[in-house]
Amino acid sequence: MGNIIKLKIDGIVVSVVEGTSILNAAKNVNIKIPTLCYHPDLCVAGNCRVCVVEQEGARTLTASCATPVSEGMVINTNTVKVRTARKHIIELLLSEHNSECTKCYKNGNCELQSLAAEYKITNENFIDLVPLHNYTIDNFSPSIIKNNSKCIRCQRCVRTCEQLQSVSALVVAHKGEHMKISTFLEKSLFDVVCTNCGQCIIRCPVGALIEKNYIEEVWNAIYDPNKHVVVQTAPAVRVALGEDLDMRHGEIVTGKMVSALKKIGFDSVLDTDFAADLTIMEEGTELLTRLKKALVENDKTVALPMITSCSPGWIKFIEHEFPQFLSNVSTCKSPQQMFGVLTKTYYAKKRNLDPAQIVSVSIMPCTAKKFEADRPEMRSSGYKDVDYVLTTRELAVMIKQAGLDFRSLPEEKYDSFMGQSTGAAVIFGVSGGVMEAALRTAYEFITGREVPFTNLEIKPVRGMEGVKETSVKIERTLPEWRFLEGVTLNTAIAHGLANAKKVMQNVASGKANYHFIEIMACPGGCIGGGGQPIPTNAEILMKRSEAIYMEDTGMPIRKSHENPEIVQIYNEFIEKPLGQKSHELLHTNYIDRSEK
Amino acid sequence: MRSNNFKKTDVIFSDCQHTDGQKYPILESVLKKKPQDIINEIIDSGLKGRGGAGFPTGLKWKFAAAQEQAEKYVICNADEGEPGTFKDREILLKVPGKVFAGMAICGYCINAKKGYIYLRGEYKFMVPELTKFLNEFHTTIQKMGYDFSIQILMGSGAYVCGEETALMESMEGRRGEPRNKPPFPVIEGFNNKPTVINNVETFVNVAMIQRYGVAEFKKLGTHDSRGTKVFSISGDTSKPGVYELELGMKLSDFVDEYGDGDTKAVQVGGASGFCVPRKKFNETIIGFEGVPTGGSMMLFNSSRSMYNVLSNFIHFFAEESCGQCTPCRVGCQQLVQGIKAVKNGAKDEDYLKKLLKLTESMKLTAKCGLGQSVANSFSSIVTNFKEEMIY
Ligand SMILES: Cc1cc2nc3c(=O)[nH]c(=O)nc-3n(C[C@H](O)[C@H](O)[C@H](O)COP(=O)(O)O)c2cc1C
Ligand code: SF4
Ligand code: SF4
Ligand code: SF4
Ligand code: SF4
Ligand code: FES
Repeated sequence: MGNIIKLKIDGIVVSVVEGTSILNAAKNVNIKIPTLCYHPDLCVAGNCRVCVVEQEGARTLTASCATPVSEGMVINTNTVKVRTARKHIIELLLSEHNSECTKCYKNGNCELQSLAAEYKITNENFIDLVPLHNYTIDNFSPSIIKNNSKCIRCQRCVRTCEQLQSVSALVVAHKGEHMKISTFLEKSLFDVVCTNCGQCIIRCPVGALIEKNYIEEVWNAIYDPNKHVVVQTAPAVRVALGEDLDMRHGEIVTGKMVSALKKIGFDSVLDTDFAADLTIMEEGTELLTRLKKALVENDKTVALPMITSCSPGWIKFIEHEFPQFLSNVSTCKSPQQMFGVLTKTYYAKKRNLDPAQIVSVSIMPCTAKKFEADRPEMRSSGYKDVDYVLTTRELAVMIKQAGLDFRSLPEEKYDSFMGQSTGAAVIFGVSGGVMEAALRTAYEFITGREVPFTNLEIKPVRGMEGVKETSVKIERTLPEWRFLEGVTLNTAIAHGLANAKKVMQNVASGKANYHFIEIMACPGGCIGGGGQPIPTNAEILMKRSEAIYMEDTGMPIRKSHENPEIVQIYNEFIEKPLGQKSHELLHTNYIDRSEK
Repeated sequence: MRSNNFKKTDVIFSDCQHTDGQKYPILESVLKKKPQDIINEIIDSGLKGRGGAGFPTGLKWKFAAAQEQAEKYVICNADEGEPGTFKDREILLKVPGKVFAGMAICGYCINAKKGYIYLRGEYKFMVPELTKFLNEFHTTIQKMGYDFSIQILMGSGAYVCGEETALMESMEGRRGEPRNKPPFPVIEGFNNKPTVINNVETFVNVAMIQRYGVAEFKKLGTHDSRGTKVFSISGDTSKPGVYELELGMKLSDFVDEYGDGDTKAVQVGGASGFCVPRKKFNETIIGFEGVPTGGSMMLFNSSRSMYNVLSNFIHFFAEESCGQCTPCRVGCQQLVQGIKAVKNGAKDEDYLKKLLKLTESMKLTAKCGLGQSVANSFSSIVTNFKEEMIY
């Protein structure tokens, strides 16, 4: 690492590594400097100017987020100049801002609101500029609402969409007083390349980008005596939900969550993890079938590498950006949608319910799932397979509205059927998890032996590196898989669409030679999904990731194919992976959106 | 009576044979010197940038020269967007060879092989002529065995793109938003490589210092403001146009020469500069020790409403701000609305004090020179012409 720099902040001598910002140096000695445009996951913009400090000898104040420390620097964070300027900046932001906190979705979790509260901005120092702006609201997307009247132009969303996601659906348009965050030709986010990933939402400091919520609709379904409301919960929700309910980052709250859902009044509380296990059966079989066709039958029409399909943000991205690879994408629906269709077919039959009576709700760490549930392909049951998708954040709101003291709730178990799952399913929530789950099952299918890793922990696919590559050599196969003897299976894992793009470019250019690729649209995988509690950042992701792996270790069954409910559903209903029924219900097709 | 330091000069536009046409004898002699020595001469000359900020040119070059990177750039800032400024246009039309020579000398000093002229969009008409001279220039220096080339790039049409880092963003194909400094362009400039960016006139001055020597250059101007300056004179004057004058003159002498006899104020340095009222003409020195200017001098006579003058300026800033930073984007809108409210009685005159305080904060916190300099014209006009703001 670089040299150590010594400086003085508010009279305290601080030593930090060269290149550290004044802001972070101050953090080291517990001096808090307010910020708005700064976000630890993003490159520094330095545009809100609320983080200014006084630097001895400097003509102007210094933006502490954007200025690296230098030797002998003397910084003061609380002077009359700093305070006056900071107040001015907050007042200016408010004068351009549609401040209606009591009617705002972000009320209570808004950085501008907190800052205004901290500085006790009570007077109207400046002229209200809101009436002079033609602020618009875009609510055409099933996932996202963009309200320009709440936007403070910090560009966190723009940087997220460009740098983390390489989508650039959000851009800065116009200059001066007309400068705003816009889209291609100022179209709705619904009509542009936006993937609905929601990464911009979890980084927007205010209420300018929020999820479209379906809280009222779900309450209404619950209150309706003629409806049977089924809820499924995704793997990554259980390690993050607690954060919105006064618990630690990455605390595992599975049992309490189940308890809360039952108290709220859902008729059946089930687990998306069940469908994740099912996905492994289907997707694993699909991969092996593709490999067989390619390696044994020499079928040139088989598309390899095969790419995972459980992340709907990723699906929309590839539909726009790499449509030539759509046949490489596994035809498996995502676990949410597999679960949805089974709810209104298998589950309905088993429980003797009219599917028209069932309302299927899912709790997801994801905003793209809202879009996915709306796709016309997702009606294989004859009904909308998933009626409402709520994010982790929306569930937290419902729990609060229900008046539950979450922390003191007892731990309860999922209902059955479709409530049982394995450790392999829960790790779907983190980048590398699908790969690990698939390997645990596929390796055993092929060789009759468990994957050769201690305690089934496939360490090379774990961790937060943007792109992870692993090769597994297959040896001593069972007779029926002889064609795979000695084959080295090359895999890649990418999370965050910018990393996904890199991997796909390598595939396109022929630089990479993979058999199987796992891609998650969100940094970190679903634990960092756009529907997760705010804040979400790299540090918090680590905690959620640890929790997921802990949950896996604690499960009695760790491999998808050993889930007894999975065995049962194949016996009773689906028959076999990639069979007729499976094709009808569990698989889908994709759309080339590159023209749009 | 006119003091003796008011002098019309003719350094910038005259004596073109050393840089024009097929020959660049000035370059031949420069290429015999050590880069380090040339830089020291420029430092010794006291030359400060003519683009407005007045940074010592030699020092800037020294920093860039010290960078040990293979790729470096020289950029000539010909965006000339400051209202009331049109002197770079004149220089590029009349003595483009001196500009090229200055850039080539810079390239030699800092070891850059590539130069760019970032030309204001409205000056597109010059391109054919400039290209012709550039071709001759390239042929000539090639014959000298000197590897340096200059390319013309067209500006985007936004005032803020004259700000050096916004200009580089724009050159790299992005939105023209000023960057954070540090890093300064001499460390990380165009394409993140060490870059020297200077105003058109600064490069001409460099060429002239090399032509006549430091000692001659130092005879012109004052201790803090060496050399001459090309002024763009506009407004209520009988002689609008471009004039070269020695730096360090008294504003009163200037008004005697160019005013219409009824001058009530001079806006020195364009919209981002200062407004000097008549009563201060006598005590105001035009130069870095007094009121500096990038070249614009706007004269106003008693028929002008200073409220309208100010209103125009801040409207300009509200429109031309890149809009990224809070103090500038919102501050300018507040100033526009604020003086309107005071004028029409919706706010009382004490509100002007609030606005003055606001401009103070804008000066301290804006990300770039645009937002930082709004306070200049605002406070100098509001404090000197308060009555006109209210009634
Ligand atoms: C808003 C703004 C606009 C500017 N426009 C110009 C311009 O048109 N031409 C120019 O030479 N410098 C302009 N500058 C100054 C440049 O940022 C930079 O300081 C200058 O090009 C450096 O050259 P110099 O040292 O030779 O003056 C502008 C600065 C700001 C803040
Ligand atoms: S975005 Fe924040 S400050 Fe604005 S209205 Fe909503 S809660 Fe209030
Ligand atoms: S949801 Fe994702 S793709 Fe869409 S604008 Fe936000 S960050 Fe970009
Ligand atoms: S939408 Fe949110 S993140 Fe984007 S610029 Fe506005 S306030 Fe910032
Ligand atoms: S001061 Fe104005 S022009 Fe400069 S960066 Fe800020 S908003 Fe843009
Ligand atoms: S947090 Fe530093 S400028 Fe916004």
